[in-house]
Amino acid sequence: MQLQVPGPWSPLLGRLTLNAIPYENPILQVTFAVVALIGLVIVGLVLYHKKVGYLWREWLTTVDHKKIGVMYIIIGLVMLFRGFADGLLIRTQQVLANGPHAAGMLGAKHGFLPPFHFDQVYSAHGTIMILFAATPILTGFQNIVVPLQIGARDMAFPYMNAVSLWLTTAAAVLVMISLFVGDFSQAGWVGLIPLTELPYSPGVGVDYWMWAIQISSVGTTLNAINMIVTIVDMRAPGMSWFRMPVFSWTTLSTNIIGLTAFPVLGVALALLGADRYLGTHFFTAGMGGNLMLYTNLFWIWGHPEVYFLILPTFGVISEVIPAFSEKPIFGYVTMVAATFAIAGISWLVWLHHFFTMGAGPDINGFFSVATMLVGIPTGVKVFNWMFTLYRGRITYSVPMLWAMFGLFLLLVGGLTGMMLAIPAINYTVHDSVFVIAHFHCMVLMVVCAGFAGVTYWFPKLFGFKLDEGWGKAFFWTFAIGTVTVFSAMFALGFEGETRRLDWTFNTAWKPMLVVEEVGMVLYVISLVFFATMLVVSIRNRHKQRLAADPWGTSRTLEWLTPTPVPFYNYAVTPQVNTRDELAWRRKYGLENTKPDVYEDIHMPRNSGLPVILGALAGVWGFAMIWRIWWLAAISLVGIVLVVIIRSFDKNAGYHLQPAEVEAMERDLAIGAIMAEQSDRAHHHTHAEAH
Amino acid sequence: MANETAPTANTQLFRPGYHGHNQISARTLGFWLYMLSDALLFTALFASYAVLDTPMNAAGGPVASQIVNPIEGFWQTIAVLGSVTCYSLATVAMKNGKRGGTAVGIIAAIVLALVFLAFGVNDLATLAAHGDGMDRSGYLSAYFVLILTHAIHMGVGILWMLVMLVQIPLFGFNDMVVARMLNLRMFWQFQATIWVCLYVYVYMIGA
Repeated sequence: MQLQVPGPWSPLLGRLTLNAIPYENPILQVTFAVVALIGLVIVGLVLYHKKVGYLWREWLTTVDHKKIGVMYIIIGLVMLFRGFADGLLIRTQQVLANGPHAAGMLGAKHGFLPPFHFDQVYSAHGTIMILFAATPILTGFQNIVVPLQIGARDMAFPYMNAVSLWLTTAAAVLVMISLFVGDFSQAGWVGLIPLTELPYSPGVGVDYWMWAIQISSVGTTLNAINMIVTIVDMRAPGMSWFRMPVFSWTTLSTNIIGLTAFPVLGVALALLGADRYLGTHFFTAGMGGNLMLYTNLFWIWGHPEVYFLILPTFGVISEVIPAFSEKPIFGYVTMVAATFAIAGISWLVWLHHFFTMGAGPDINGFFSVATMLVGIPTGVKVFNWMFTLYRGRITYSVPMLWAMFGLFLLLVGGLTGMMLAIPAINYTVHDSVFVIAHFHCMVLMVVCAGFAGVTYWFPKLFGFKLDEGWGKAFFWTFAIGTVTVFSAMFALGFEGETRRLDWTFNTAWKPMLVVEEVGMVLYVISLVFFATMLVVSIRNRHKQRLAADPWGTSRTLEWLTPTPVPFYNYAVTPQVNTRDELAWRRKYGLENTKPDVYEDIHMPRNSGLPVILGALAGVWGFAMIWRIWWLAAISLVGIVLVVIIRSFDKNAGYHLQPAEVEAMERDLAIGAIMAEQSDRAHHHTHAEAH
Repeated sequence: MANETAPTANTQLFRPGYHGHNQISARTLGFWLYMLSDALLFTALFASYAVLDTPMNAAGGPVASQIVNPIEGFWQTIAVLGSVTCYSLATVAMKNGKRGGTAVGIIAAIVLALVFLAFGVNDLATLAAHGDGMDRSGYLSAYFVLILTHAIHMGVGILWMLVMLVQIPLFGFNDMVVARMLNLRMFWQFQATIWVCLYVYVYMIGA
C-alpha cells in the first residue's frame, strides 16, 4: 500500500535521516541556539528550585479549568511570538528584496530568504497565528472565565478539558519541531491545492502542516463539546438564559460553530491525507480528482473559523466596555441575537474566499449578498457598544484602550470587507495584499481583544494587576505599529502587489514597503514593553492587595469570587438574582456578603493520563509525518489503551470538608477586606476627579 | 437593567446544598453533541461523494452502476439492523438487571456487525483485486473512503462493546456502566442510520 516517496526510507526510521536537520542554514542555527538556550534556562530553573514535582502535580496533571486556561494562553502567547517572528521575516525579506538590483545573501538571489524558505515562513505564519495563537488564547479565556461567570465549580468534563489542552500542545510542538527536523509546508496556511499533493510537495512539510492541524482540531472539537455542555447544564441557580453574561453567550455560539465546522476541516485534511498516503485521487490534478472540492471543504470550515475567532473577542469587548463605562451593556437582547445571527450566517458565505473560481454570477451574487448580510448584526453590535459608551463614566484603563482600538480595527476591517464582498471589486484585488490588510485588521482585532482580556482578567487569577504605565506603552506602540503596517499595506494592494511574494519586483512599492518595516520596528518595541510590563508587574506583585473586584466597576459574576480565585471557585454556589449580578449586589451593598454556612465540596482528582495522551498523539503525528509505521502503530494502540484504561477508573473525586473551606475562605477574606479599603479610597478620589 | 428589583428579606445570595448538574445527563448531552460532529463528518464525506460521482471523475474507470451490488448491500442492511436490534434487546435485559441476557445481546450484536463488515471488506477487496481500488479514480476514492469511514466507526463500536462485556461483570450496572451502555446504543443506532443513508444514496440510487 505504501506510496513511493522520493528519498530514502527505512523500516526503522521511515524517511528520517540526518539530512532532515537543516544544520547548514544560519537563520535556523541562530533560532535553534536561542530556543535551546531558553529551554535550558527554563529546565535549569525548574530543577534548581526543585519544582519538578510541583509542576507535575499542580500544572501538568491538573484538571482545574483556570490552570488549563492559563496554560492555553501561555501556549498561545509563545506561538504568537513565533508567528510574529515569521511576520517580521516576511516583511524584512520583502523590503530587502525590492527591485531587480536588490542584493542577495545567505543563498537568496534577492534579500536573505530563498523562495523555498520564504514559502515555509508565510505558511507557518498563517497556520500558527490562526490555529496555534489566536485559537488557544481565546480557548484559554473561555476556560478561565465561563465557569466563573456562570457560577460553576469547573467545566462539565474536567478530564476531557485537560485532554483538549494536551492535544493542542502536541500539535503546537509538532509545528515547532518542523523548524529543526525536516521542513514546513510551502503551500500557504490554506493548503493551496494541488500544490499540497505528493507530486508537487514530496517532502514532509505538508505532512507536518496537515497532522498538526488535524491533532489540534480534535482538541478543539472536544473543547467545544465541553463548553456547550458546561453552559447548558451548569449555570448557577437563578441564572436564566437571559441573565447570562454576553461573553458566555458568545462562547456558546462560537463553540456551536467549532463543533460543527471542525469536522469538515478534519474531512478535508483526511482526504488530502488519503491522497498523500493511500494514493487516492480526491484532489489530484487528473485521474478524476476535483481541486475545487478541497477549496470548498476547506473554506466551509475556514469561514466559520473566522467567526469562531471573532465572536469570543466580541464577548471580551462586551465585558470590558460596560465595566469601564460603569453602565450595563446597551441592548443586551439584540447583542445576543446579533451573536447568533453572525454564527448562523457564517455558514453561508464560504465561497467569497474564491469568487474567482468562476462559479458564475448567480452563485457569486448569492454569496456576495450573504456576505454583506454579516454587516447588519455586526453593525448592531458596534452601535450597541457605542451606546454603552455614550454618557458612560469612562475610564481609559489598559483593557479599555485595547477594546477601543479593537473597535477601530473592526470598523476598518469591516468596511474593507464590504468592499471585498462585491465580486467586481474582488476580481480586481483578489490575491493582492489589499485582502491581506483587510483580514489582518480583523485578526488583529482578535489580538487586541486578547490583550484586553489578558489585562482585564489577569488580577482575578493571579491576585495582582499588570503594570498600567508599561501596559499603556505596550498598547500605544502596538496600536501605532498596526496602523503603520496596514495602512501602507492597503495602499500596496491598490498598487498591485500580490500576496506571498518573496521578491517584490516593482521598485515603485519601495516607499510603502519601508513604511511597513517601520511599523514592524514599532511592533518589536511593543514586544519589549510587553516583556517589561510582565517583569515589572511580577516584581511589584506584593505591593498590591486586591479586592474580589480589583477594577471596582466590574459587573458579572466572576468578580464575586475572592482574588485570586481559590481552586474550588465558589465556596457556596451563588444564587443569581438579576443580570449583571455583581453590579446589582454592589448597588445594594451586598457584594461582600459571605455565605453563613459552608458545605463540603466535591472536587475532581488530577490525572496524568491527559499528558500521556497528548504525548502519544504527538508521537503518532511525528511517526505519520516521517512514515515510521511501527511507531505510528504503537502510539495509536497506546492512545486506544489509555482511553480504555481511563474507562476502568471509577472517577472518584475527593471532598473538601466544610471546616477546611471556611478556613480557606477566612484567610482569603482577611486579605480582601484590607484591599477593599485601600482600593475603595483610591476609587473615591478617582470618582471625585470627574 | 432587566427586571432589576431591590433585594428583600427573602432575597437569597447563596444556595447552600445546591447540587448542580447531574453527571449522567451532562454526559448524555455531551455524547449527543459528539454525534452531531460525527454527523457533520459524514455530511462532508457524502458531499464529496456527490461531487465525485460523475463519469468525468471516474476517469475511465467504473462508475457507480458498474460496481455497486444492492443485493449484497441488502444483506448488509439486514445484518446491521439486526445488530442494532440485538443491542437494543441487550439494553432491555439491562433494564431488567439481567447481566447474562445483556452479554448475550451484545455478543449477538458483535457477531452481526462482523458479518456486516465481512460483506463490506469482501466487496472492497474484490474491487481492489480487479484493479479498481481507491487509487484508480476520484470516484472510487470517494466510494472507498465513504464506506471505510463507516466501517471504522463500526469497528470502534465493536471495540466499545468488548469493553462493556468486561465492565458489566466487573462493575455491575453502576451509573457509569449504564451511561456508557446508553451512549453506545445511540452510537450504534447512528451508525445504522448512516448505513441506511449510504445504502439508499450509494447502492440504490447508484444502481
